[in-house]
Amino acid sequence: MIALLRELSQAIGVSGDEDEVRDLILSHIQDYVEDIHIDPMGNVLGVRRGTGAVDLRVMAAAHMDEVGLMVTGFDSDGTIRFKAVGGLDARILPGMRVLVGRDKTPGVVSWVPIHLNRSDDAVDIDRLRIDIGASSRDSAQNAADLGDRIAFDSSFVELGPTVRGKAFDDRAGCASLIALVQGERFPFDLYVAFTVQEEVGLRGAQVAAQRLQPDIAFVLETTACHDLPQNPDEPDQTTITRMGGGPAITVMDRSMISDPRLVRHMVQVGIPCQFRSPQHAGGTDAGAIHRSNAGVPSVVVANPCRYLHGPHSIMSISDFEYQSQLLRAAWMALTPSVLER
Amino acid sequence: MPLDLKTLVKNLSEIAAPSGHEGPVRELLRQEWATLVDEFQTDGLGSLIGIKRGMGEEPRRRIMLCAHMDEIGMVVAEVREGFIRTVDIYGTDYRALLSERVLVHGRRTLQGVFGAAPPHMARSRKKYPTAEELWIDVGLPADEVADLVRIGDLVTFDSTVIQLKGEKLAGKSFDNRVSLAALTLCLEELKHREHVWDVIAVASAQEEVGAHGALTAAYLIQPDIAIALDTTFGTQTGVGDDEGFALGGGPTLGLGPNFHPRLYKAAREIASSLEMKFQTEVLPGDSGTDAWSIQVSRDGVPSLLLSIPIRNMHTPVEIVDLRDITRVGRFLAAFIAGLSPDFLAEIAWNTRKDNSA
Amino acid sequence: MEALIKKLAEAWGPSGFEHHVRDLIRAEVQSLADDVWIDPLGNLICRIGQGDFRVMTAAHMDEIGVMISHIDRQGYARFTNIGTLFPATLLGARVRFENGVIGTIGVEHQFTKRRELPGVEGFYIDISQDIAGNADVHVGDPGAFVREVMMRGERVIGKSLDNRLGCVVQIEAMRRIAASGTPHTVFFAFTVQEEVGSRGAKPAAYGVDPHLAIALDTTATGDQPHGKQMAITLGGGAAIKARDTGLIVPAPVKNLLIQRAEEAGIPYQIEILELGATDGATIQIARSGVPTGGLAVPTRYVHTTSETADVRDIQAVIDLLTAVLSQPITL
Repeated sequence: MIALLRELSQAIGVSGDEDEVRDLILSHIQDYVEDIHIDPMGNVLGVRRGTGAVDLRVMAAAHMDEVGLMVTGFDSDGTIRFKAVGGLDARILPGMRVLVGRDKTPGVVSWVPIHLNRSDDAVDIDRLRIDIGASSRDSAQNAADLGDRIAFDSSFVELGPTVRGKAFDDRAGCASLIALVQGERFPFDLYVAFTVQEEVGLRGAQVAAQRLQPDIAFVLETTACHDLPQNPDEPDQTTITRMGGGPAITVMDRSMISDPRLVRHMVQVGIPCQFRSPQHAGGTDAGAIHRSNAGVPSVVVANPCRYLHGPHSIMSISDFEYQSQLLRAAWMALTPSVLER
Repeated sequence: MPLDLKTLVKNLSEIAAPSGHEGPVRELLRQEWATLVDEFQTDGLGSLIGIKRGMGEEPRRRIMLCAHMDEIGMVVAEVREGFIRTVDIYGTDYRALLSERVLVHGRRTLQGVFGAAPPHMARSRKKYPTAEELWIDVGLPADEVADLVRIGDLVTFDSTVIQLKGEKLAGKSFDNRVSLAALTLCLEELKHREHVWDVIAVASAQEEVGAHGALTAAYLIQPDIAIALDTTFGTQTGVGDDEGFALGGGPTLGLGPNFHPRLYKAAREIASSLEMKFQTEVLPGDSGTDAWSIQVSRDGVPSLLLSIPIRNMHTPVEIVDLRDITRVGRFLAAFIAGLSPDFLAEIAWNTRKDNSA
Repeated sequence: MEALIKKLAEAWGPSGFEHHVRDLIRAEVQSLADDVWIDPLGNLICRIGQGDFRVMTAAHMDEIGVMISHIDRQGYARFTNIGTLFPATLLGARVRFENGVIGTIGVEHQFTKRRELPGVEGFYIDISQDIAGNADVHVGDPGAFVREVMMRGERVIGKSLDNRLGCVVQIEAMRRIAASGTPHTVFFAFTVQEEVGSRGAKPAAYGVDPHLAIALDTTATGDQPHGKQMAITLGGGAAIKARDTGLIVPAPVKNLLIQRAEEAGIPYQIEILELGATDGATIQIARSGVPTGGLAVPTRYVHTTSETADVRDIQAVIDLLTAVLSQPITL
């Protein structure tokens, strides 16, 4: 699974421009999933037929897109103006290496030398520039277009018990979902959705759920772990999740409250897992899915990951492997009685 | 044509129809479009839907053209001692209202002004008054005002369209009445052109509230592709390089996750073939327009955004270049006339494996 | 009615965990409706009548609350908000978790010292049991505030009057409509998760597909010292909504409510709520759109544990809603 994760992590697919990731995923699922359909937004939808033992329409979603940047203009000196796509802390940008456009033109985010500027104030993204080496506007415009996506340039590295790379949010979720459909069939038909544009507003998932109309939805995600050493004089903050604590189940985030019946079910399966803290919580595709049509009971299962939304995220391999194991066990044990009130 | 356009823009602009109360402009559009479409429908929020059938064989593909008909406005929150306090129906810029004229739509329409204290008496001239501090004076005795005006009555700008130099007009609600003018122009052109696809012209309600009417109309219509028409920021002092677009430089085409990349490319090609001026507006996320709602309707709708640059958005003196309106109307007609029956297949996502039925 | 208000308002049901309240409500309404069901997100829907015109009324069952975020180094439970919590209401408040444990809320001393109000992160919940350790609560556990309902003349005082009063109104209207009949099909929806963004209401409306909807809730008042500038007063009658942050009521719907109120001599006031939304905001955009209005019970001290309403206003809303539902409707 690490090889699969590496491949997915290195692929580039900033929200709205997921082609490369989509093609990669299709190549991995086409022999296992039927009725594959690319919908008008670019979601990959399909069904992993089950054994017919359980009559439930189950949806599983993982998003293909990553946060990144986008070309918004060209300065006369050949540098590129840009904006963020998805939620990004602009403070990670100074000195970053990036890849611009489909050609993956290498570039760097310029930063005025410390000798000439000592201010601590965060510089607004509007004032930062990417340098691809072009020395005129014309020459920059030959190498890149308005709207081109820009991705973090980083390599996937195995550090021992952990891996480091970009876009584990949510290529790790995609990898787990691929592993799940490649394994033994489940008691029910599993409707898979590899969604687009989660990072800009849970967009693909909304449409996928509206079409699929599931009874239950599971979202495979990767979420924050904030366990840097804390200042003992400050009140302690939650680490949100713990590395090595197993997959993190969302009880509540800003976009949804997981269905308590599904949360109970996940916990009862007996595979190590933890609850994600509801503090400092963003949103996931489940936020859109649970509110679709007449409503869908949903739950999120996520890999704890440090330094999300940056080029060098770090994730525990055992947590990651448990994500698909937990879901496999939960799905094998899933029956309509889970939804009884 | 330019003369008609000016009158059309004037009529559309001067009508009072804020979000949730679009009745008057809806009725005006029904009249304007009566001979231009085959059939009318409305959705649950009052969006007007005009259907012009194409010549293709059934089942025909449907293109939705959507321009919001609501404007920003205010509602009476309190009547005290003959003065009227308001609360906005979303989007009103109260900083620009000091000394502005308004119409209060009570038992009858009253002319009012947001009064300003004399300069030497104002508490502070460094900050704009807030909505709670602004009171409308209609120049009538308190008991008459209490009789004529109720809480919940509408308040809109009192602003007639004026001609500026060049091809420019200034007036209220160019956001988004100029797009409705462009849409009307398009429908007029289509009288003389053949098109295969059904054209669904939508004047959507409540865009300023959150693109609500576009969502409900799209649900009803189930279009195959959609083009949203709105306004965008014109260049002016205080608006940054990438944020403003030249008036007279042509409409902007939206580029970003809200817009289908292949639909965008097709639109560019049509615009180039017409030698029509246009500009590109890069939008990394929520476009803040009807396109954001339409794109996620039902199974998803490939969407495009065409915007007309205007200055001073959301004030009573928005400025537009008439030529940009004409460009949008002509572009839409040409785009529609050029839609082939299998255009959808042409813009489908490029993939190696789509093995669905 | 006071007994019903007390029973519902004191019940435990923060957003996402409404089952206890739903059970109580179901017991009240099961025998009144032609049909009762629970939809996928937990909304309780009751149908009365069989007319062609479908009306939906909605009252949310959930209340604001807290959820444990983590247990800190000293063993106190840190928490986040479920719905909108005003920091000024937290110090000294009591919360109850589903297993019955009572927590008390404290604030870090640095803020008291500086006379500042922090956000939720500066507060904590004391769940200590004895010197040895904590009561049995964990990350992810939801809690609701605890306070009993009291009366003062015509005033009702309690926690979660927002929106157990709306539920009471709906139940009482159901009682009357079950007895008198209606020309329409009326769906009385007791919704979930309003306090976190009216998440239950739109799916409920999607399922029911009504021609008209009326959201029942509480609203604020403008009659307090140096209060909000708002023309609603306690005891001034049923609040008929014109506008809030999420809904502009279409004139025909607003006028229908006004007309029925005037015909029946029911005291009413027009509501303009500057900040705040209700289920109406999301119901109106279900499917191809639903003309939606609002009726509200004026309430002081919203989102405190001493929300205060007037029994006569509650009665006025019940009377008005009943008048609307029992007669023909043309919009």
